[in-house]
Amino acid sequence: MEPASRQPPVSKDIGVLRAGWGYASVSDKIADLVLTRPVHWPWMTAFLFTFVGVLIFLGATAYLFAKGVGIWGVDIPVAWGFAIGNFVWWIGIGHAGTFISAILLLLRQKWRTSINRFAEAMTLFAAGIAGIFPILHLGRPWFFYWLVPYPSVMNVWPQWRSPLVWDFFAISTYLLVSLLFWYVGLIPDLATLRDRAGTAPVQRRKQFIYGLLALGWRAEARHWARYETAYLLLAGLATPLVVSVHTIVSLDFAVGNTPGYHSTIFPPYFVAGALFSGFAMVLTLAIPLRHFFGLEDFITRRHLANAAKVLLATCWMVGYGYASEIFTAFYSGDEFEQYMTINRWVGPYAPVYWSMLTCNILVPQLLWWQRVRHSILALFLISLVVNVGMWMERFLIVVSSLHRDFMPSAWGMFYPSFWDWVHLLSSIAMFVWLFLMFVRFLPAISIAEMRELVKESAESEAEKSPRHGGRQ
Amino acid sequence: MSASLYGLLAEFPTADALLAAATKARYEGYERHEAYAPFPVEGLDQAVGFRRNHVAFITLLGGIIGGAGTYFLQWYSAVVDYPINVGGRPFHSWPSFLPATFEITILGAALAAVFGMLALNGLPRLHHPLFDVPDFDLATRNRFFLFLPASDIVFDEARSRRFLEELQPLMIREVNAS
Repeated sequence: MEPASRQPPVSKDIGVLRAGWGYASVSDKIADLVLTRPVHWPWMTAFLFTFVGVLIFLGATAYLFAKGVGIWGVDIPVAWGFAIGNFVWWIGIGHAGTFISAILLLLRQKWRTSINRFAEAMTLFAAGIAGIFPILHLGRPWFFYWLVPYPSVMNVWPQWRSPLVWDFFAISTYLLVSLLFWYVGLIPDLATLRDRAGTAPVQRRKQFIYGLLALGWRAEARHWARYETAYLLLAGLATPLVVSVHTIVSLDFAVGNTPGYHSTIFPPYFVAGALFSGFAMVLTLAIPLRHFFGLEDFITRRHLANAAKVLLATCWMVGYGYASEIFTAFYSGDEFEQYMTINRWVGPYAPVYWSMLTCNILVPQLLWWQRVRHSILALFLISLVVNVGMWMERFLIVVSSLHRDFMPSAWGMFYPSFWDWVHLLSSIAMFVWLFLMFVRFLPAISIAEMRELVKESAESEAEKSPRHGGRQ
Repeated sequence: MSASLYGLLAEFPTADALLAAATKARYEGYERHEAYAPFPVEGLDQAVGFRRNHVAFITLLGGIIGGAGTYFLQWYSAVVDYPINVGGRPFHSWPSFLPATFEITILGAALAAVFGMLALNGLPRLHHPLFDVPDFDLATRNRFFLFLPASDIVFDEARSRRFLEELQPLMIREVNAS
């Protein structure tokens, strides 16, 4: 028999990975979800339904371009309605992906490994959808390229003092860097798919496509060394990027002098809200993913419980933001700020405000109980509630601050039109559609990093150590 | 021996076996030997004699170019080329110039990190002689490989093969240049 040091390692149960997995079995398990798993009816049904949603989104956008931005319920004084609310909501959802990928990498958190890939995909899709809304929201969307600084024959440049121009730089950078980070992470896995696709005529096409995407990756030690440096640097770059992107998004509001907008707490408060909604979306996606693809050994209850703890922590940061806004309004002695706050409590949008508090602050308190954190159904429901609550928060910041500000003669209401709802709901369908495509065509869990985790877990004193404790 | 011999490839079952083999090869005087593993193995880069990693420096350069270029662009366009009074703010509104500068610093650094890493690795390179070797596809699954290139000064087909056999690999294969 081979000596023990020459036996390939088999994973121990370390909470974030179940026992009994080896290099070959993790690779095959995840790769086969893409390569050999047949298409099942739940996926197909979801795919078709959401594809209809995508078509509706495209149709509604075509109609918007043809008729103009007035098909939405926006008017004066509320010129920013659903579109900007959706934009902030979507980009906020994107942030958890980068948080998981980059910040948890820098903090060497092992529970990141099996969720980073799909969380990054979530980031990419959410940020991509977010990026559409500011363009749709332009009155003349075909001139959006005027945001780009280029030597035009008219000798005009973008207006650098506007946060909307900063947004353009922030979102395009965020999209590109998230894409690079995601793709770099994918290269070794694409090589695995290339090498496992098989050579029968039907499989050749897959092998060819994954081969092209893998760029000829051959897992050489020097390549790995440079790869790891680049990946770590990307994580280090993505971390301030996440913070800065949502900060810049928050400056869209905070730089304005509208009561309810002009608040210095917005940058950190928006970032906390982004992580809050993003982790909620991670849970919303992780729970069906592990269920339908049989990934319970990789995405364990420990992952869900950890995400729930982050949710609870960020919930309190968001709650602090709410409290601070109220306190500052009254402490400032500024009657407009005070009126804005009272208007949120008892004004026409009060139901939204109180539902938001219920969804974002009250309901997540259930996560204090371990029983709730370990109940998959409860987590799924809470994550949905938080997603709704955070959408209402964005809506409230955008709309309720605008509808009654300095001049009472310019007070108005915002009533979302049919097309507002169509764009919101079909953008959700588009997100799900993109995600469904992703889980069929790319490995939903990082294969190379799982192999690393197998080795680490095999070398660890898993069950006994209190830090990885056996309690579930 | 044959002019088309590219080198010898040995296959190992674990990362530790590969690490030990690569380290031994280095002591034997091999300088251009290569190791292949399905995940980054700690210490394997030193074992194959990799020392200078330029990725970080390239990233820094990319960041500096992105940031300095963006700040200059904003200053040039708003102060020199077409100064406009916007909201009574100074032409050189440096605080407002920082967000775009910051973002493009990150973008420049990230692009430099990724494309620098790929360029230093010689990627994309879709074909490589090793890809023709049976079993080498397992380098991205569960097997670990040590490659001794024929171009190495101390390489001698018979002697190198004996050296590899002493390491007790799962198998040894000849790799032909193609």
